[in-house]
Amino acid sequence: MSLVFAGIMSHGPGMTARADRADPAVREPFYAALGRLREALEQSRPDALIVIAAEHFANFFMNNMPAYAIGMADEYEGPIEDPEWLRIPRRAIPGAADLSRRIIGEVMATVDVAYAEEWKFDHGIMVPLNFLTPRFDLPVIPANINCQGPPLTPLHRAYDFGRAIRRACDAVPERIALVGTGGISHWPATPNSGKINVEWDREFLNRWARNDRNALTSYTDTETLRDAGQGGFEIRTLTAVAGACEGHAGEVWFCEPIPIFATSGFAAIMDLSSAVEAQAA
Amino acid sequence: MSLYTLQKLFYELNRNPAVQEAFTADREAVLSSYRLSEEEAEAVREDDIGKLYILGVNGQILMHFAAWRGLAWDDYIQAMKDALVEHGQVRAGIYAAVDGGEGGAV
Repeated sequence: MSLVFAGIMSHGPGMTARADRADPAVREPFYAALGRLREALEQSRPDALIVIAAEHFANFFMNNMPAYAIGMADEYEGPIEDPEWLRIPRRAIPGAADLSRRIIGEVMATVDVAYAEEWKFDHGIMVPLNFLTPRFDLPVIPANINCQGPPLTPLHRAYDFGRAIRRACDAVPERIALVGTGGISHWPATPNSGKINVEWDREFLNRWARNDRNALTSYTDTETLRDAGQGGFEIRTLTAVAGACEGHAGEVWFCEPIPIFATSGFAAIMDLSSAVEAQAA
Repeated sequence: MSLYTLQKLFYELNRNPAVQEAFTADREAVLSSYRLSEEEAEAVREDDIGKLYILGVNGQILMHFAAWRGLAWDDYIQAMKDALVEHGQVRAGIYAAVDGGEGGAV
């Protein structure tokens, strides 16, 4: 079939682990935006959900770090963190090994993606699923972009990874939904946790929503580190979703800083019926 | 510096309950199977979360170790702030480059 849904959202563990400490005046509209994203996802009637995440040394380590990886199992487990800490119970999450295999095969035409038949989900996937598929009943295909252990894949390659996923979705009969998760500017798990550059976040989301490939891929890592912290490297996951939606524009539904969540809470969606001019390269 | 090995210890601790049990039962035995500097081994021995941060351990691994050792979120953040005052900036790893080389400067 094709891609039937594409959105992005934040995934900070504080969204569940420290939910009670967030200002309700910001938290509740944020959760409402995520609820709207869940409804849009459900209305797209997907057979499976690809989650492009930036995992954090839960499965991949510097002994053999793939730039890109996609899961290929019929079942996953999560969260890898202490469930009481994350406040999401540990459980099995359904996968779709056969569909994964077909998608990976197609992606490999242009991207040397690693595959993984074993994958423990950390908060980068569990927190989004907790809001988007709270019954954890939709088959998930996890995808990972290394955003933590430099050297990192360049942004234009992240966009190309998204293009490859789109081509793979177009090549299978199933209805595929796609979610990219990550922080925008943030300094997670450091003394600067809670520092947020919301102007930078809104500018990034603006580029994302108009799917301006050149603007999205023009950040240097030095600039990102300076303006958006090491957590800002996770824009790769969001940029990949834009690549998967090349030729379409989107809409930002919510973006407000929530310091106890260590990021801006944000939710945005691509309008797959829209048409904008794609950029070369 | 053996930051790679130090982080590997936490990577394996965080995802493998068997390593956690071994660590709880005999921390020295687990430490002896990782080639760490004496400073790194001492920080692990003492649950010195702030020092481990200064040594360059990535927070995405360290925050789970800290939680497992019973440190509440605010105490974890404070331990890193205190360590910056005591030991100076982060010495290695991804945070050593943050804010123009000022490590985890607040």
